[in-house]
Amino acid sequence: MSPSSGHGRTLAEKILARTSGVEELVPGQIVEGSVDLAMMHEQGAQTVAPFHQMGAEKVWDPDRVVVALDHWVPASTEGAAGLHRILRKFAAETNLSHFYDVGHHGICHQILAEDGWVVPGDLAVGTDSHTNMLGAMGAFATGIGPTEMAAVLALGRLWLKVPASISIQVKGSFGPGVTAKDLILRILGEVKTTGATYRAVEFSGPTIERLSMPERFTICNMTTEMGAKAGMVAPDTATFDYLAPIAKHAMHPLRADPDAQYERTISIDVDAMPPMVACPYSPDNVRPLTDVVREHVRIDQAFLGSCTNARIEDLREGAAIMKGQKVAKGVRFIVSPASTKIYDQCLKEGIIQVFTDAGAVFTNSSCSACFGGNMGILDREEVCASSSNRNFPGRMGAKEARIYLMSPAAVVASAIEGEIADPRALA
Amino acid sequence: MKTVLEGRVWTLGRDVDTDQIISGKYLTILDPEELKKHVFEIALPEFAAKARPGDILVADENFGSGSSREHAPQAMRAIGVGAVVADSFARIFFRNAINLGIPTIEAPGVRALFSTGDTARVDLGAGRITNVTSGRSIAFPPLPGHLLDLLEAGGLVEKVRRELEAARAAAASRGARG
Repeated sequence: MSPSSGHGRTLAEKILARTSGVEELVPGQIVEGSVDLAMMHEQGAQTVAPFHQMGAEKVWDPDRVVVALDHWVPASTEGAAGLHRILRKFAAETNLSHFYDVGHHGICHQILAEDGWVVPGDLAVGTDSHTNMLGAMGAFATGIGPTEMAAVLALGRLWLKVPASISIQVKGSFGPGVTAKDLILRILGEVKTTGATYRAVEFSGPTIERLSMPERFTICNMTTEMGAKAGMVAPDTATFDYLAPIAKHAMHPLRADPDAQYERTISIDVDAMPPMVACPYSPDNVRPLTDVVREHVRIDQAFLGSCTNARIEDLREGAAIMKGQKVAKGVRFIVSPASTKIYDQCLKEGIIQVFTDAGAVFTNSSCSACFGGNMGILDREEVCASSSNRNFPGRMGAKEARIYLMSPAAVVASAIEGEIADPRALA
Repeated sequence: MKTVLEGRVWTLGRDVDTDQIISGKYLTILDPEELKKHVFEIALPEFAAKARPGDILVADENFGSGSSREHAPQAMRAIGVGAVVADSFARIFFRNAINLGIPTIEAPGVRALFSTGDTARVDLGAGRITNVTSGRSIAFPPLPGHLLDLLEAGGLVEKVRRELEAARAAAASRGARG
């Protein structure tokens, strides 16, 4: 409780109070926050020129900066090779030693998670919109652009408008074939792509408490699609157990006060919730999977990958459905693990073999087909079933191409059936 | 920085995300002069060829949603966009555009006031946007002082440059006294 303001504070307010040193703050107020962790991927190449133009001579704290190549790994064009070269040179000049180069690479958010770079109470910023994912650690994690990153590298801080918070309370248990991805799609269908713009979203309730860390990553990841500045889960035993062996710096675990002020509270019961699909051309165009299955939507490509859903748990679940089955004739199935560590684990567990036996392409770790700039690009008439996070026009290539977003299990079921399918029918 | 801007209007719909401003296939391009050839290729294909410096974009809700790519406002700056006005913005685009020194104004209800080809006058200090062609206008909450300062400096690069220079000068004068 903060006695003088007369009401309790949300998790976002508590973290921003800690990082700014301003104890009494209210939504709308602008504060300067000290950054605990800054992350750059290839877009970081665009920070180099503004960093020098600012007259900065050194990075404020090289041990708090992570560079992770992920969009074009290994470089697939001359342009991408140029971005990589610029980043390697800059990292060498400014002593950025935490550089996840080709061979040690992974999707930037997964790297931050699996190597413990973001911990409870942190203010973390990254040059990617899905930096929100790290809010699952009980941190305030948000995306910024490269010019802003140049200022962070120079100063170690940035201005933030204290966001109003939205509380999303979830109860009930997932039925068979229902996952955290279905939950976040269900929420997007209600909140819509602008429903949390500039807001911090805080997930709580018995269902959230039972979610594993990978499942929390999935739901916090897609708060970006609601426009949220941050999506977070208060730290608990699951968080501490996950981070204990890997945390890179001291934790400052914080929780919302019981009387915290939320702009809006949304209550969801998942007991009877079916699997969900986001249909073209927006992540909030969400319908129950069974309705779409009835329409026999033929697919040309299936994609199991991205920072939203390509962790070892997702790939194990997919492989369990894939085993002994074949990818439908005429379908290209691309599987891309979220990190090199996950790739190695798939190798050890025989997961790669399951997918390649079925006729899938198992690629090295990268953002892969998710963003339409590297591989798995769609032509105009094509349709893709994807475990990723966006399906706006042109996201995976041609603007007419149609992307359906769903759980990893539903992607694998669709790859097998050659049309959007319900994984429960294959169980 | 001029606080009253006037320019020819291009209108855009709602949820124009960064993929529709600069597609993923152009993300390895660093040169803004090259990027600007591809700006709005999906959302407004004739824009890149016909835009003139000082033109004003008027969009519906949630302009610039999606990725954190700064290529989108960089391409707009390179082509000389005078201001971006929208019913609402996605947050990263808003920050990126302000950081690059582009006047970026949130004015709920503004899209309905304009058609492509109209002339808009934006008064940043007074907080009013006028459709000079039709005579209709709408008020908006002026930007907070912090952001007006950023625009005044010409963007974040110049603001931080001044800050670092002042810090070095202060350190040097302390050193001289010591």
